[in-house]
Amino acid sequence: MTEPATTLDDNPVIARLREAFGDAIVETHAHRGDVTAVIAPDRYKEAIRLLKTDAELAFDFLTDLTAVDRLKLKKKPRFEVVVHLYSRKNNSRFRLKTRPANDREPEVDSIVDIIAGANWPEREVFDMFGITFTGHPNLKRILMYEEFVGHPLRKDYPVNKRQPLVPMREIPEDRPNIYSF
Amino acid sequence: MGVDSQGPGFFTSRLSDGIAWARKWSLFPYPFVTACCGMEYMSVASAHYDLDRFGAAWPRFTPRQADMLLVVGTISHKMAPVLKRVYDQMCEPKWVVAFGVCTCTGGFYDNYATVQGIDRVIPVDLYIPGCPPRPETVLDGLMKLQQRITESHHTLREDVRKPVVGGVNTT
Ligand code: SF4
Repeated sequence: MTEPATTLDDNPVIARLREAFGDAIVETHAHRGDVTAVIAPDRYKEAIRLLKTDAELAFDFLTDLTAVDRLKLKKKPRFEVVVHLYSRKNNSRFRLKTRPANDREPEVDSIVDIIAGANWPEREVFDMFGITFTGHPNLKRILMYEEFVGHPLRKDYPVNKRQPLVPMREIPEDRPNIYSF
Repeated sequence: MGVDSQGPGFFTSRLSDGIAWARKWSLFPYPFVTACCGMEYMSVASAHYDLDRFGAAWPRFTPRQADMLLVVGTISHKMAPVLKRVYDQMCEPKWVVAFGVCTCTGGFYDNYATVQGIDRVIPVDLYIPGCPPRPETVLDGLMKLQQRITESHHTLREDVRKPVVGGVNTT
């Protein structure tokens, strides 16, 4: 593989994924040379394995693993897990997405046994969005405290809801209005 | 300040002034640094702006030896119990400085993670707004705190004590 292609038709990564997974590739698009494929959740882990281990593609570096709550976009399914990959061999990037079917208890296969660096990002996604990664070795909260109830980056988490650990004092009357300086 | 038969005696008021003078020039800070404001704290503390001119340059990293709790940076709800505990461990007399807008009001972090002003957790003596505050603002604030120390009444033994319940000090 040489130059990363900018259109989808001749993109070798998409071609390779289509060849391997056929209809499981739900959607593809490219934006300014950034290529994205959406894959069915049951083939997601296989696709990651292929992208990483294939000698030609060699997407051996996990740039990021995150998620999107599409509640306010009124899209189904609600959640989308996004994996950003980088290939050192080809100096190219690729984005793979998958959409767990269950909106109440979203579940996705963990990819920690393929890419060890996905451990903490998956925990963060679990913490913030409540997406369960099946097969994760240690799936517990990473940023919020254990007492925290709910998942703060879900779009239905009330924006003004606070869960303090120590009792909150009243705002003192002599707190100056610092915005009037 | 004249000698007044109604007010405190000449000796006690002189003593209070003396203690105030000593205390305002030896404010040992405990830097409770959690975020970006820390860079500005370092700038204030080091040679160019030199907090040492005000007797407040010797950071004590144990709350028991500190007089001034400098809360520098965003305080999250996860961190609030730690801050409360550090405050409780400090001996009287103690002063609390909210350094930066995050500590004053939560700043622009109006979200699930951030305490909306550390005065919701512990009492605050001095608010220094700014994101981060310029070193001049911090020095100005410090001088205001010294002014406040000068104006308040001091005794050799601080009589601010928590009530003792059933022979056990509740703190
Ligand atoms: S006030 Fe600004 S500089 Fe200071 S901790 Fe908050 S965000 Fe950082």
